[in-house]
Amino acid sequence: MSNATPNKWNIKMGADLKNSIPEGPLDKKWDNYKSGIGVVNPANKRKYTVLVIGTGLAGASAAASLAELGYNVKAFCTQDSPRRAHSIAAQGGINAAKNYQNDGDSIWRLFYDTIKGGDYRAREANVHRLAQVSVNIIDQCVAQGVPFARDYGGLLSNRSFGGALVSRTFYARGQTGQQLLLGAYGAMMRQVDLGKVQVYTHREMLDLVKIDGHAKGVIIRNLRTGEIESYAGDAVLLCTGGYGNVYFLSTNAMNSNVTAAWRCHKRGAYFANPCFTQIHPTCIPVSGDYQSKLTLMSESLRNDGRVWVPKTKEMAQKIQRGEIGPNDLAEEDRDYFLERRYPTFGNLVPRDVASRNAKYVCNEGRGVGKTGLAVYLDFAESIKRLGRKAVEDRYGNLFEMYERITGENPYEVPMRIFPAVHYTMGGLWVDYNLMTTIPGLYALGEANFSDHGANRLGASALMQGLADGYFVAPYTVGDYLAGQKPVNPADTSHEAFKEARDGVDKQIKRLLSIKGSKTVLELHRELGLKMWDYVGMSRTAEGLQKVLKEIPALRETFWNDLNLMGSDMEWNRSLEFAGRLADFLDLGELMALDALNREESCGGHFREEYQTADGEALRQDDAFAYVAAWEYTGEPGAPVLHKEHLQFENVKLTQRSYK
Amino acid sequence: MSNLNLTLKIWRQPSPDAPGAMHTYKVDNISTHMSFLEMLDVLNERLVKEGKEPVEFDYDCREGICGTCGLVINGVAHGPRKLTATCQLHMREFKDGDVITIEPWRANAFPVIKDLVVDRGAFDRIVAKGGYTSVNTGNARDANEIPIGKEDADKAFDAAACIGCAACVAACPNASASLFVSAKVAQYAHLPQGHPERERRVLKMVQQMDAEGFGNCSNHGECEAVCPKGISISNIALMRREYMKAALKTGAAVV
Repeated sequence: MSNATPNKWNIKMGADLKNSIPEGPLDKKWDNYKSGIGVVNPANKRKYTVLVIGTGLAGASAAASLAELGYNVKAFCTQDSPRRAHSIAAQGGINAAKNYQNDGDSIWRLFYDTIKGGDYRAREANVHRLAQVSVNIIDQCVAQGVPFARDYGGLLSNRSFGGALVSRTFYARGQTGQQLLLGAYGAMMRQVDLGKVQVYTHREMLDLVKIDGHAKGVIIRNLRTGEIESYAGDAVLLCTGGYGNVYFLSTNAMNSNVTAAWRCHKRGAYFANPCFTQIHPTCIPVSGDYQSKLTLMSESLRNDGRVWVPKTKEMAQKIQRGEIGPNDLAEEDRDYFLERRYPTFGNLVPRDVASRNAKYVCNEGRGVGKTGLAVYLDFAESIKRLGRKAVEDRYGNLFEMYERITGENPYEVPMRIFPAVHYTMGGLWVDYNLMTTIPGLYALGEANFSDHGANRLGASALMQGLADGYFVAPYTVGDYLAGQKPVNPADTSHEAFKEARDGVDKQIKRLLSIKGSKTVLELHRELGLKMWDYVGMSRTAEGLQKVLKEIPALRETFWNDLNLMGSDMEWNRSLEFAGRLADFLDLGELMALDALNREESCGGHFREEYQTADGEALRQDDAFAYVAAWEYTGEPGAPVLHKEHLQFENVKLTQRSYK
Repeated sequence: MSNLNLTLKIWRQPSPDAPGAMHTYKVDNISTHMSFLEMLDVLNERLVKEGKEPVEFDYDCREGICGTCGLVINGVAHGPRKLTATCQLHMREFKDGDVITIEPWRANAFPVIKDLVVDRGAFDRIVAKGGYTSVNTGNARDANEIPIGKEDADKAFDAAACIGCAACVAACPNASASLFVSAKVAQYAHLPQGHPERERRVLKMVQQMDAEGFGNCSNHGECEAVCPKGISISNIALMRREYMKAALKTGAAVV
């Protein structure tokens, strides 16, 4: 069905994708499907080996659950302990349709909010399944001893979050991700003690091994010794998180990267909607050019904090110059711009809307702080209404963190915040089973593209990671394995392993041999600035075409002028980063191409050419209600586009409005 | 605030078995808004430009929660600011002209990998012995079926907030891991979900802690003083009670 005629951007079109969504009514699909899928006999499960890459919420929960079922699991992480995966940094909470607050929540409502919040670019069936299993996640985590916040009566406490009108977010102070991850990590370590999981720390996946078209192994670099290792298995689960570090500055951990996913992409896994990235509105602003990362503060802060800037540019300039402080401004001189523009949702509009509005007021010259690239998040009114103690109970650790980083006390002076790259909705394309276009290769959690459409709602990342790992993959991976003959995990003699190992080794040797003049950090910063300027919060055809010329040039510089010290057979962080940057350079180009191709605005993807009179994202449903899944062809700039057309049978597509 | 000119004395060790030594470096024009690790980034960028090997140190989230980073700064684990991990320590805590010594965590149980990077795998092996409740996925009943008083839930959270950075071990004259282990024991001791395994948990985790070569706790209290998350030393007292009760009840200190 391949269509040889390239489109107007000279993009080649491939065959449309099938997503294997089961038949039947939306709310019965998953249950019916589970009753019909293949199951491996308990005595045979121990003959299979599953390789899990990454040990965040998705990876640790999948590793634990698969091992509990009887499969042998090998789990790999780049950190020195699986507990340090970046899920640990999620602050605000996890959504679940428990309706404990009796405020009318339901599986349907969570499903609907997620589809709408994603600006109608997610798959209905996946999102409904996510909402369905959300209730089981909370039960599971409580049974594990995750210390969620509770009321005096001993029952679980909830809070509201952006993009929802009900209170369905469960939380553990401002460290929800940490507590959920430690629960999943504990469950996995229990299986280590029982001999069902082997954990390999300080290991980075550098290639996928395919035998007869199926994923049957991985090539891993031991970051402590530099050795290249081979592991054979019956299925590979990529739980490697998102690619926000393509922007260099993001709220991701410094070691978060796209390499494992990208190398699978090069082996044939399609990459979907790469331009769907999320900019988080409540981050601590950049302070200087030495900045290595950005720190997010949970958007739960917007529950009680009010966002504002001075009404006039003149007053903002005085603040920028340090002549007056925010507390010198009278109430009538402040513009609570979210409350003004969105009276229904106010400060709780979704992340993309909040971020863009912050950018607009800064563009008008009304931003605050030395750089003028910040808005205020003010708790004065909440402190007056609730008392300092209540505010401290809710946000104490976030306030402390802010004070440590900026040296300012947010109980007395409003916080300064600015948007930063935080999450990537795009990722490897997966079908309903979470299987990529390579049989036996799965992508879970942020690494896949599936559930959040063009914009993720707050407190839904943790939900998705754990849904995929605890409740979806254990079924769907079993269904695949039931049709596969188990491999011998000790045998990596197949030619495909050698070929992949040689490729990895060659690339490492090449990186070390360039001996140019630029450091990895310099080149990564350069890429990051380009991505932020042209493929960031808002995009134009002109800017995207410009950056599509600049990225290949930067890639040239990278491969000809990089300077690395040290050798490959030792701990060498710069070498690790160089390999990751090589992949970010390719990905960055694909993101720009995807953004250029998608001639509409939706969720986090804002094309300036497509907006309503109010400046809201304007979708083009007739032309773009599809998932763009890109196939690698050997040339980073010339991928083939495959479409998965999105069918909306249960919700009506409307212009998102949070007014 | 003006920028800082500093002298750094840093432990360099090329590999686990090679001898290490302190090396001196000067860094100039350091902004007080920089984080401590960003200051080391600046040094490393310069070293690479000069054709020298950068100083290796481990880090990941750089927001004080993953527990990866950890440097002994002027003899204090995580440096001078209370309740702050190395990555969130900012240069405004230092003065122009300061001499700053930077060393790795030192403990027999944490071998050096390179320069300031150590191997803390011992902590994972301790958790594997009991840092969880034994509940398979899908076995759970409704989350609100067992009420847990807010006070107990808060105490459990306070203990569970440990980030596993191991500053407690680095600060302890005996290199004891008691604060880390006791925090995990305490989290489950405060929750009904932890009760079915409470004896077994404390006995096995303590046994593994000893097997890893950590020293004993002799109540110095340095651990609590350097802990970036404020984990209380009272957890160690709780662990001892749990351990005594378990040992008496089961008739053996080892199960």
